[in-house]
Amino acid sequence: MLRAQQRRRPLAGSIATAAIFMQSAMVLAEQGARSDTNMRYGVTDVSHRVYDLHMLSLWICVAIGVVVFGVMFYSIFAHRKSRGAVASHFHESTKLEIAWTVLPFVILLFMAIPATKTLTDIYNTDDAALDVRITGYQWKWKYSYPKDGVEYFSSLRTPRDEINNLAPKGENYLLDVDEPLVIPAGKKVRFLITAADVIHSWWMPDFSVKRDAIPGFVNESWAIVPEPGIYRGQCTELCGKEHGFMPIVVRVLPEGEFSAWIATRKEEAAKERELMSQSFTMEQTMERGKGVYEKVCAACHQPSGEGIPGAFPALKGSKIAMGPIEGHLNIVVHGKSGTAMAAFGAQLNEVDLAAVITYERNAWGNNVGDMLQPIDVANFKKGK
Amino acid sequence: MPTASTRNIALRLGAVAVGMFGFGFALVPIYDVMCKVLGVSRETINTQAQLKPGSTSADASRTVTMQFLANNDGGMSWDFRPHQFEMRVNPGAMNNTTFYVRNPAHKAMVAQAVPSVSPAEAAPYLHKTECFCFRQQTLAAGGELDMPLQFVIDQALPKDIRTITLSYTLFDVTGAAGTADQRVGASN
Amino acid sequence: MGADHHGPAKGLTRWLFTTNHKDIGSMYLWFSFAMFLMGGTFALVIRSELFQPGLQIVKPEFFNQMTTMHGLVMVFGAIMPAWVGLANWMVPLMIGAPDMALPRMNNWSFWILPFAFTMLASSLFMEGGAPNFGWTFYAPLSTTYAPPSVTYFIFGVHLMGMSSIMGSINIIATIMNLRAPGMTYMKMPMFVWTWFITAFLLIAVMPVLAGVVTMMLFDIHFGTSFFSAAGGGDPVLFQHVFWFFGHPEVYIMILPAFGVVSEVLPTFSRKPLFGYSSMVYATASIAFLSFIVWAHHMYTVGMPIAGELFFMYATMLIAVPTGVKVFNWVTTMFKGSMTFETPMLFAIAFIILFTIGGLSGLMLSLAPLDFQYHDTYFVVAHFHYVLVQGALFAIYCGVYYWLPKWTGHMYDETLAKTHFWMTFIGVNTAFFPMHFVGLAGMPRRIPDYALQFADYNMLSTIGAFITGFSQLIFVVVVIKCIKSGKQATDQVWDGAHGLEWTVASPAPYHTFSVPPQVR
Repeated sequence: MLRAQQRRRPLAGSIATAAIFMQSAMVLAEQGARSDTNMRYGVTDVSHRVYDLHMLSLWICVAIGVVVFGVMFYSIFAHRKSRGAVASHFHESTKLEIAWTVLPFVILLFMAIPATKTLTDIYNTDDAALDVRITGYQWKWKYSYPKDGVEYFSSLRTPRDEINNLAPKGENYLLDVDEPLVIPAGKKVRFLITAADVIHSWWMPDFSVKRDAIPGFVNESWAIVPEPGIYRGQCTELCGKEHGFMPIVVRVLPEGEFSAWIATRKEEAAKERELMSQSFTMEQTMERGKGVYEKVCAACHQPSGEGIPGAFPALKGSKIAMGPIEGHLNIVVHGKSGTAMAAFGAQLNEVDLAAVITYERNAWGNNVGDMLQPIDVANFKKGK
Repeated sequence: MPTASTRNIALRLGAVAVGMFGFGFALVPIYDVMCKVLGVSRETINTQAQLKPGSTSADASRTVTMQFLANNDGGMSWDFRPHQFEMRVNPGAMNNTTFYVRNPAHKAMVAQAVPSVSPAEAAPYLHKTECFCFRQQTLAAGGELDMPLQFVIDQALPKDIRTITLSYTLFDVTGAAGTADQRVGASN
Repeated sequence: MGADHHGPAKGLTRWLFTTNHKDIGSMYLWFSFAMFLMGGTFALVIRSELFQPGLQIVKPEFFNQMTTMHGLVMVFGAIMPAWVGLANWMVPLMIGAPDMALPRMNNWSFWILPFAFTMLASSLFMEGGAPNFGWTFYAPLSTTYAPPSVTYFIFGVHLMGMSSIMGSINIIATIMNLRAPGMTYMKMPMFVWTWFITAFLLIAVMPVLAGVVTMMLFDIHFGTSFFSAAGGGDPVLFQHVFWFFGHPEVYIMILPAFGVVSEVLPTFSRKPLFGYSSMVYATASIAFLSFIVWAHHMYTVGMPIAGELFFMYATMLIAVPTGVKVFNWVTTMFKGSMTFETPMLFAIAFIILFTIGGLSGLMLSLAPLDFQYHDTYFVVAHFHYVLVQGALFAIYCGVYYWLPKWTGHMYDETLAKTHFWMTFIGVNTAFFPMHFVGLAGMPRRIPDYALQFADYNMLSTIGAFITGFSQLIFVVVVIKCIKSGKQATDQVWDGAHGLEWTVASPAPYHTFSVPPQVR
């Protein structure tokens, strides 16, 4: 659905917007934006400066290489014994040695000055129009807008079948998420980056933003994205099994559309809260539970519920999943400290918790037969 | 057979190796000191500020935006949020705010809040005179609490810093002495 | 055994109890080659999985174990022991010493290694699998979230560290005390000089590695919080301590390579090494700088800008002494009378490819650029250029150079050149495209990737397999050279100078029982 929206949006826009898009796309293409062999030019001022500095240092390196290897290949050609070369016996020259100690210093200065300037800019996070908190989890991202009270998880949307070669791979294979981060165009957005378990790293190549997400600490970075669009990146710090499967997608909206989007998110959250007082049938619950399980739990406990011996316990036939329902609720809501089992009470809402626990108790031949309603979970969390 | 002088060299080098092993551990306090000098890490900000007399006179001509964030560690199920996300404060003035916590578990739990300041350069200028992060917080099953935070921003705060974000991450430290089997693989 | 002056003992006990530097050197070299094949097999598993997008061969959790074990085995099992092996064989021969200064400890240093690596490799068969947190084992992935085998990993690392430290003490003591009369420090061959400095680096940083894994052990089993924010620790502290070890470690693997190349180039250029003393000073400066640049591995952890700038400038400075070395080598070749036997081919390839790795290192040193390069395949390409086309090529260079001295036979030059060219083509096909996918945005340590990276990954995999199978040619060359081949002269290469070429080929079991006089 999201992809459909993404596709439709430029079509729905005016011709003028489309023209700007095409124009900028052409400019970017010329500058190697979508290159498969070089750094992306990106879309922010910082990313452009980083790209320029990258090209500068690349050409300096190429020039050094050409000179050094040139002399070397000349010697290999001209000073070979088979051509009758007779060896000279010089073995030092103070002047030469001083020269090639000093010269590199000068070359380094040419790189260090622009690098320092760019770095200073990257570190200036002041006067942001919007603050977004980004939290890394094994293996998804949480985006929150503290001022608006909106927050949600963003996880891989590529179907497992594509990964396991059972279905043809889509265009944005492994680079697609269910809920992208949404930010307004043309505004300074500050990213406050942290993690809830291990270290992750949030990288958006087109913005030239990469910061480690460290549990217990908050890092910051920023971007002003002039043009609306969809930008893709990935987690870049090894964070466990599914490290390669937690992409980052940022959707940049024109400012007006962004405010509308935030308002919609608030309404949706309110609707979701209403669901909590409703009752669901076993069938509805199992269906929703399967969806939640596959998105949240299957990475460790496996779609088959069999877990990974020694690393992640099986749920199929497990004491907890087939024992008293309070124990099951307890471990899902509060987690197990010191293990990879997180406290999902702080991540999932009551409807999803009820559904997924019910699913785990009745799937893969567990057939305990009991079920939870959202209100049960709410009462449990209230301590009743 | 090694000569005496060889033995001597070997012993000295062995002593260097042992010394460097110790140095590895010494890097822990050295790191804290470096962080203090450079103004990062909570080592500076987790300790109760000793305010200099007269340093609490407010500079009304200047305001700084103070932001508060509450994060939960993955293993922590408490509700945890600041009562307000932002406040405008004058450097030198004493400010108060609170964070709300609730323990939804069916048992008493102990939590430790760990602070972090962005930008890091602002950390040395943020003086907390009272903070729930100074000690562990115990809440009974279903218990809730407004936890106070009292702080002053130093008047010496560099002029180019206009926004400071103070984030807390809440960790579950119930039974923190931690047993060896509290790890993946040993669970269940 | 030490009193036995007639020749080696017979049977297995010769190898178990030997205190002879040549025996121990050979064992180190065979061991490191076995580890190289093991680490190489892990690499081929990784490359096979990455041949195409999608998960084909292994599961992600096993993939992570492979990347971790590949790194650990190659660094601690293949490259480092190979250098210690070469040092054992050659340092006494090059300085005119009868043996290493501490022969018994030498035996211990070697025999610890098989235990260490058995312990590490056995973790592959444990429940929960082998270490899966990368060879850099960042906390808390390697502590709170680690598989149970992490404890075996920790003890394995302790053993490797002890072995390296004892080996280094021995090398320093040998160089300081057993030089032949007249062999002043500034007359020592470059290989001896670079190893002398490397040994000091090892003694300085291996204990820090031992310290950091000990802290991990305490965090895991005894409830301390060195690296856990919950208890007042800091995961970033882990990275600082690790890289305080890790960066000098990189130079530990490359400095002896500088030494070997500085021996081989003059021999085949028939011309003395250009700028001997500036080479020594450059090596020492690189070693010194290696202690103050570690945080360039951590530009993205959120250091204050002052820290970033300090580490950036310090790192850029390393380009200066490294440049001096490269310029000196090229000038050594200039106006020489060159021939291109296999050691020379490896030495020339080393200079070119290592320089490429050095230049990409210069690009990586620029902090704002590193925000784009960090933890991508650009970094993977960079350090493989330095460690494979750098360190490994120099090891091959040294082995071919000294092989006739060890076996008494010339190796099969045609076969050896085939080995060189196949390896040369293989590694460049494998690692050069990694620059491209890295710049285009492929993160490292991922078992599956987006479609735009597919072509270059396929190419890399093909290159990796060419490299892997070409190493079997090397096995044939060595075995042939041990069994037969043209009798080698004492000098072996007509441009060779140095004490090691004054003894018979093959080098007798005991050499320089009477110290030679060096003028």
